[in-house]
Amino acid sequence: MNSNINVTNSPALVEVSLRSKIFYVIRRWPVIPILILSIMVFIAVFAPLISPMGPKEINLRGRAAPPIWEKEWYDANPKNEITYLLGADHVGRDVLTRMFYGARISLAVAVISLTAGVVIGSAIGLVSGYYGGFIDEFSMRAVDVWNALPFLLIAILAAVTFGQEVWIVMVLLALVAWAGNVRNVRAEVLTLKTRDYVALAKIAGASDFRILMRHIFPGVVNTIVVLATLRVGGLILAEASLSFLGAGIPAQTPTWGNMISEGREWLSTAWWIAMFPGIAILLVVMSVNFFGDWLRDRWDPRLRQLS
Amino acid sequence: MRKYLIQRFSFGILSLVAATLIVFVLSRATGDPLLLYAKPGGYGMSPEQIAALTEKLALDKPLIVQYLIWLGRTVTGDLGNTLLAEQPVLDVIKMKIGATFQLGLVAWIVATAVGIPLGVLSAVKRGSVWDYIGRIFALFGQATPVFFIGILGILFFAVNLGWLDAAGRPTQEPFFPAQFKSLIMPTVALAWLPAASYLRITRSAMLEVLDSEYIKLARAKGVSQRAVIWRHALRNALIPPITVSALILVGFLEGSVVVEAVYAWPGIGRMAVESIHNNDFPLLTGIILMFAVLYVLGSFLADIAYTIVDPRIRY
Repeated sequence: MNSNINVTNSPALVEVSLRSKIFYVIRRWPVIPILILSIMVFIAVFAPLISPMGPKEINLRGRAAPPIWEKEWYDANPKNEITYLLGADHVGRDVLTRMFYGARISLAVAVISLTAGVVIGSAIGLVSGYYGGFIDEFSMRAVDVWNALPFLLIAILAAVTFGQEVWIVMVLLALVAWAGNVRNVRAEVLTLKTRDYVALAKIAGASDFRILMRHIFPGVVNTIVVLATLRVGGLILAEASLSFLGAGIPAQTPTWGNMISEGREWLSTAWWIAMFPGIAILLVVMSVNFFGDWLRDRWDPRLRQLS
Repeated sequence: MRKYLIQRFSFGILSLVAATLIVFVLSRATGDPLLLYAKPGGYGMSPEQIAALTEKLALDKPLIVQYLIWLGRTVTGDLGNTLLAEQPVLDVIKMKIGATFQLGLVAWIVATAVGIPLGVLSAVKRGSVWDYIGRIFALFGQATPVFFIGILGILFFAVNLGWLDAAGRPTQEPFFPAQFKSLIMPTVALAWLPAASYLRITRSAMLEVLDSEYIKLARAKGVSQRAVIWRHALRNALIPPITVSALILVGFLEGSVVVEAVYAWPGIGRMAVESIHNNDFPLLTGIILMFAVLYVLGSFLADIAYTIVDPRIRY
């Protein structure tokens, strides 16, 4: 009894074990990426409620105001009444607010285009793997041809042709996302459809649709989810690149890519305009990639060759 | 093998037609290309001039006929003239392609020279400092937008430190140091992501090989660690990175679109973006054709490389 009390009372022992427990959890589970992503999603959803200013609200007295920690500037410009947490851009719009609103668009574009692309790509993969023959040949060649297209240039061209709108960017990114899924899903289906339970379902008189949905689809869900997670980062980067090149979301709309593109002109005098959105992209993409890697190692280690 | 080659070739051609057709139709839907000569509200053109130009560019024919005319000329090696400068498209591409190739090749060499050794190192010394350095290198490389790397580079090395020029390509000056210095930042921006892919591919391939039976046998025989890694493991572990290297080289073409915009690098990527904004459709279609040709060649080379380094693969 006595010795037990001594052990639990020994502060060093308790502390060390707690610390190592925390490290153990952090190493084993993607705690930090999930935390970052949930914060970003929270910001995106509640952007109007938590933003200090409006996203298009200008304040000419606060032109290129630096972040809050550069006190000298605020002392030297007493007429400016707003204190900017992360600085202001060339017309005094709050960088932080615009980043909050930018999170909305960047995440919405990525999620929607990814969902569309994944649904289309997986459906094609399922059907072509299951039926084989001409459909299979045709869709695989279509993927080959599709991959040979220089996407970035075609996207810029499409933006010039159809005008810059959010939904056009979503369509373009969905067109990028679908092709990557087809091959992996198809390969998975090819092995699944030779299983006995599929043959038995067929003998029992199940329709093709039922076999696909009830017997084959559950087997490829893991692959689809892992592939989708690994693709999110690429889509966020693609959206930002398009916006940066002036062919994505319209320039007045605050997105991370647009902000970096604007901030580029003010780099030597106001580095914060471009820097903070860039860090936001970096954090989100890194977290998503990290999470995707973790998911893949856990659910579908065979995809490890996919870089 | 022969059947495979023929099949491969015909689908390559199909890719080229698809790419150019999409671009052709899209760029013609943008608006009247003649507006490039006469902006609305300007001096305008006489009806005769308009008629002559329409006739020359075959703008009055249906789109598909226009495309076929373009295709027919292209097969004979004539890509037409650019609308803006009225120079042969081929000459313009030839003039600009050097800068892009230089950048792409240098970036490829750098990415290979950094990514593969670091990948081998982080697999062999798994869990060591090297592994962590490699992992952080890859994490940042895959998560940072290319243009953001570019902007950070400009901010630190050009604006703050003043070591490198912010943009441009000083072709008039001797290669060393002026041109060399101007190459550094675009190369880093372009090469980081592929280096990260190389690293991850090499690392996972190396780990897989090191875990295999024949390596265990070699170790059990008493082969030294160095010989195990260099003679036994590395050869097989290099198969995946070698096969992707052709695709990575071709991927630089697309990467160059962004990097050339950031660093005002006078190459083909920048000209492609300009031609889109000018609605210079003969030039744009020509560039897209070139991109697609190089991609098809690259993926073909990747497949050939596969059969050479891995004799188990037969087509």
